[in-house]
This record gives sequence, C-alpha cells and structure tokens, in this order.
Amino acid sequence: METAVRTHAMLCGGTGCMASGTKKVKASLEEEFRKKGIDDEAKVVLSGCNGFCAKGPVMAVYPDETFYQDIRPEDVPGLVEEHFLKGRPYEKLAFKEHDKKISIPSIHDIPFFKHQVLVVLKNKGIIDPERIEDYITMDGYKALSRALTLMKPEEIVKVVTDSGLRGRGGAGFPTGKKWELGLKIKSDEKYVICNGDEGDPGAFMDRSVMESDPHAVIEGMILCGVATESHKGYIYVRAEYPLAVKRLQIAIDQCYKSGLLGSNILGTGFAFDLEIYQGAGAFVCGEATALMRSIEGKRGMPRPKLWRSAVRGLWDRPTILNNVETLANIPQIILNGAGWYRSLGTEESAGTKVFALTGDINNVGLVEVPMDTTLRRIIFDIGGGITKKKRKFKAVQLGGPSGGCIPGEFLDIPVTYEAIKQSGAIVGSGGMVVMDDSTCMVNTAKFFLDFTADESCGKCVPCRIGTKVMYDLLGDICKGRGKAGDIEILEDLSEDIIDASLCGLGQSAPNPVLSTLKYFRREYEMHIHDKWCPTGVCSDLSTFYIDEKLCKGCGACLRACPTDAVTGEKKKPHKIDQEQCLHCRTCWDTCKFDSIKILPATARNAGHAEIRHLAEMVTAGSAGFRGKESVISSQ
Amino acid sequence: MLQQKRRIIMARLSIADLQNVRDENKATFTLRKGEYKAKIVVHMGTCGIAAGARSVMTVLMDEIALSGRNDIVVKTSGCGGLCAREPMAVIELKDQTPVIYGDLNEEKMSEIFREHIIGGKPVEKYAMALGGETII
Repeated sequence: METAVRTHAMLCGGTGCMASGTKKVKASLEEEFRKKGIDDEAKVVLSGCNGFCAKGPVMAVYPDETFYQDIRPEDVPGLVEEHFLKGRPYEKLAFKEHDKKISIPSIHDIPFFKHQVLVVLKNKGIIDPERIEDYITMDGYKALSRALTLMKPEEIVKVVTDSGLRGRGGAGFPTGKKWELGLKIKSDEKYVICNGDEGDPGAFMDRSVMESDPHAVIEGMILCGVATESHKGYIYVRAEYPLAVKRLQIAIDQCYKSGLLGSNILGTGFAFDLEIYQGAGAFVCGEATALMRSIEGKRGMPRPKLWRSAVRGLWDRPTILNNVETLANIPQIILNGAGWYRSLGTEESAGTKVFALTGDINNVGLVEVPMDTTLRRIIFDIGGGITKKKRKFKAVQLGGPSGGCIPGEFLDIPVTYEAIKQSGAIVGSGGMVVMDDSTCMVNTAKFFLDFTADESCGKCVPCRIGTKVMYDLLGDICKGRGKAGDIEILEDLSEDIIDASLCGLGQSAPNPVLSTLKYFRREYEMHIHDKWCPTGVCSDLSTFYIDEKLCKGCGACLRACPTDAVTGEKKKPHKIDQEQCLHCRTCWDTCKFDSIKILPATARNAGHAEIRHLAEMVTAGSAGFRGKESVISSQ
Repeated sequence: MLQQKRRIIMARLSIADLQNVRDENKATFTLRKGEYKAKIVVHMGTCGIAAGARSVMTVLMDEIALSGRNDIVVKTSGCGGLCAREPMAVIELKDQTPVIYGDLNEEKMSEIFREHIIGGKPVEKYAMALGGETII
C-alpha cells in the first residue's frame, strides 16, 4: 500500500542553485531519508528558481514553511535528524539577517520574501516545473479553457488592453494594442513569438520564469494565439540557457501528449503548434526584427521599421512578439480580470515587475514587486542593503547596457516606466545592479560600452564605429590619457549614435555614459584633469597612501598585500612602498580604520610633505577638480 | 492509484479532465500551500521516539492513505516537556480548539484518527488537554 506523504522538501532546481550543488544535496537528502526510514513519508521535489539565488542551494520545507539556505551535503544528516524527524527547525541552515545572529526559519518572516507580491512567479518553488499536473492543479490552463469556450478573440484582447499590461521586455509598449493590431490584420498565416533572448549582463528574470514555470509561458502563448487567430508559435531562447530549453521542451511535449497543443486543443477545435528556436547568443537578436531574421535562418540584423511586426514580421507575415514575462502574466489576467491587475502598480504602469537584483547587495536574487514599489524598498528591505558594512550605496544600474545609473537621491522613486525614464535610466528587462561607493562610474560606463561595442551587429556605422570610439575614449580616460574636451566629444558622439542608429541597441547604447555623465560628471573631470580615480578602481590613476595618524598598525593590509609593498612594525603606522605597489586596492579593502587614502597618480613621485597635505585634503573632502582648474595640479 | 493518475495525463484532455487532474493532486498542494482542514502534530523528540512515536506516525500515515483524504497535514515537533506521557500528538481541525492526546500507541492513534479527524468528535478518554502549542 502506498502511504501518504507528510512533508515535501522543495529543493531549488534553478540554474544558480544547480551550480551550487543541488544535485548532490538531493542525493544525500534521499539517502538520509532512507536511512531514517522516512523515505515513504518525506519527498524531495526539485522546484524552479526560488529567487534567493545568493544563498543557494536553498530549500523550502512544507507544510512547515521553513526555509533553509547554503545547504551542503555534509549538513544533511543533521538537518534530517532535527527537522524531518524531530520537527525542530535546524538553526544552522536557517536564514539569518545580515550581521545578526537570530535565525528566521519561517519563509513568511524573511524580509526578502515578505515584501514581494507574486503574480508571474506565483508558482515558483511550489510546483515541480517538469510536472504538468502540478501546473494544472495550480489553476493552470483554466484561463485557456475559459478563453476557448466562453470568450471571443475581441474579448480577450479587451481584457488585456484594459489590464494596462505593458511589454516587460523593456520598451513598455501596451500589450493590448499590439494584440489588437494582430487580430485586425487578416492573413492565412500569423505567428506568435515569445522573446526569451535575454542578453543583458546581470539579468536572469526570463530564464527563471522559463525554468520555474514553463507552462505559464506556453499558456500565455496559446492565449495570444486564440486572441489573434494565430496557429503557430515560436519560443526564441538563447542556447546559453540549457535548463530553460530542457524544461520548455518537456512542457511542450507534455502539452502535445495531453492535447493542449496541436490540433483540436481541449476538444474545442482550436489548433496551435509551438516550437523552440535556439538563438546563438547575439545580443542584437533580442531586438524584434533581428530575432525574426534569425528564426528565418538569416543573419540576425534589424530591419528598418517601415511597418510594425504585427503587420509584416516573420516571413513577412503578421507576427505578435511578446516577452517571456509579459506572456506569463496573461493567464492570470484572463483568470482574475483586468480590474485585479490594475489594482497593482500605478495608473500608467499596472501590475508587477520581476527584477534581477545583483551587485554589492546582501540578498542577490529574483524579486517580484508591484510597479509602485520604490527603489529603496527593493534595495534595502528586500535586498538587505549593501554587503560591506563600511561601504555606502552609490548608484543602481537599471536596464542593462541600454539603461543608466541612478544615484542615491532617486531612491524614493517608484519603479514605473515613467519615473525611471525621467531619471535617465530605463526599466528595461529588469536587471538591477547595485553599486557601492567603491565603484568607479567611468569604469562602469566603460564596461557597458565594451559590451555594446562588442555586440553591435555592424549594420549602422554610427553604432558600429561610434560605440568603439566611445569605448576607446573611456579607456583612455581610465588610463590617464584623458584630455580636456573628451567629455564634450562623448556627449556629441552619444547624440549622433542615438539619432542615426536603426534599432534599440544603438539608440540606447550611449545611455550608460550619458547617465553617469549626468550624475557623476565630477568623477569624469577628476579622471581627466587630476589624473585621479577617487575610488582607486583605475589603477593608473591612483596612489595608495597610509595616513599615519589613523593607522593602528594592525597588520591587516601588510598580510593582504600581494607584493609585500606594505611594511611596518606591529602597532606602529605602516607604510606603502610606491615602487612595489601594484595599485590593486587590496589594502584599502582590508583596512578597518579608513587609514588608507587614495590619492591622484601624480602623488606617487611627490615628496612626503606634499603627500601628507594631499591626504589631509582628501580626508576633508576639499581635494579634486573645481571649475576649470585642477586643485591638485596647481599645488 | 498512481498508475491511474498517470494514464489520465497521457491521454488527450478535455476541459472536464483538467478539473479531475486538479482534484487528484489536491493533497500535494494542501500540503504546500497550507490550506488544510485538519492538522496533526506528532511529538518526535528523543523521548517521543523512545516511547514509540515512530510507529504512531507510521500508523497515522497509513490511515491517511487509506482514507483517501487530501486535506490533512501532518507535522512533527520536538519534546513537549511532558516526557512521561509520550507519545503525544496534537490534533487541530480547522477553526476548532486543538486537542492534545497522550500515552498513544498504534491502536489508539487509529481510533483517534477515525473518531476525531474523520468523525469530527474528539476522543475524550485519550485526551489530555485542550489548547495548542506554538510550533514552527
């Protein structure tokens, strides 16, 4: 006889946790259950991405609703003994707030989960993404049944329009409008495409949705097919997402077997076919028209937008292309109604948005919040604030290489399309990279320009050559070869690239430079005129100097220095030998007393008194470029 | 039972079948989403296990499987402090005061399951007290 299962250990099977060792943990959990004789009443289930990627592998145990993190195979015997057998939370692996010792076992009390509102990710960590039964039980394919039996295409489009849902891929185009046009255009062949070509560095929202709830994306696509009278769909996923491809394929196969795809869906006569197309990973293929060329087997390059894709898209047929997250929203909007969706977020930006939170932050992971949530709440309440205690928040980069950096004074704006755009960034696909005050903004801009220069498809000269020239200029500035007028050239070039590029890649490529210039112009000026990178990131523009008055002689920097450039006796102020110093910033990162000062490159050859004077100015905050003259070079 | 479930899913589904799948898998999500009608907490501290809580738990799980109910949740907890009366279990029907049972064995557990959980009437002769306890 089969016994009932009393507890489910939902082990995270997202890419992040898998990489941290989920498979080994699963094996040792099952082994331990067998040893303790509870393998028939306790079950290990691999769920999709739980979202709390920083502490992987993570696990949620039901019905106790207990959360465990950083699980190593060697911890498993203790965990099984304590939690699964004796019913006590295993404190060692429970969540602890940063710098606090009290553990929080209940998943509902952990701030990271507590402040989120789950719509797109409502099934994350609760269902097994490889079981269609799980999805169906969580009201899956209910919206499809309703749409197929009770709703006309026009009615579906109206619900989507009324919900205020906007494209979650970045541009924020109203989804209902797109579908309306798709329905209006008559053609014997129409296509539905799901854009899963998520290429922004630091973004992993779409991947997680596809991995943790593939059926939601599929249901959204079939619904789009019903609403626009289309019968063929493609999911475009990059080949770098093998787990997403695998789970989507399993889901598609299940759908074909159970009559949710193919001809005569659910016995209603509606037909819809779906296949996965794997992209080779070119960033530009995330652009709609380039993506369609790629599916056609041609080189992925954008075309002029003389007509919308909904009029002439893939193989010159009407094509409705939506982002993964947009489509995953659809089933719930149909089920719960437009009014429900509107009740989340703001008038202009309704609903929730998934963000991939990374960078110098405690709780790296995937978060879903209503669009009226402030950046502060996401970064400090959900994200748990800046990782390093002595560092402060400096900026948050939103929207990847097409977005911009937002400084601290904008922390209280909501994450709506409008507010973020006004601040100089874009919501984009939802990548959110948090930077602390040890980040050099010139270097950050350089990083993104390196990416876009590399990923430019080469069709438009301004983008192909312009981004390269901008990248080289930024490289020169970081190497100490910056000249007066460089900033103006950067601004000019940016304007030209934006004006003269065909697609979104070029039109948004200069954004990282423009937004950092807008908010951190002085940092650029210090790089150019003072030859000084105040954060010490650009090694050619920094001198490290130990302030004797502040140094306690603890020896931390001495031990950390890779070249033995730091010398000094215990409990006496240390010194850095400039000849041997590599300018790697290790000493500065290790010092607990803030006694290491970052001075301009010119200070390397300066006399003792001059360096000391400079260090005092740095401490007082009075050094650095002022107006036309460099305070330092006039010394 | 499991074999049957699999067969349904392999076949082409109708809209009514979707609802059947939902009903069949309800137990799984009762457990994961916390929407249960009855909750049973078995004390599984060292004292409880020594007094036979393991076999009480096994019997309970068998009874649940036999009954076919999909809205019952079983949890474990540690020692309640009253080691002399172990094995102990707390039974809570939705919106009712929990009942604590003590000195359990396999037969008593079966009886309590049928009378209290299925029948809805607490078994007074084995009950020790009313009132819950805070568990994880």
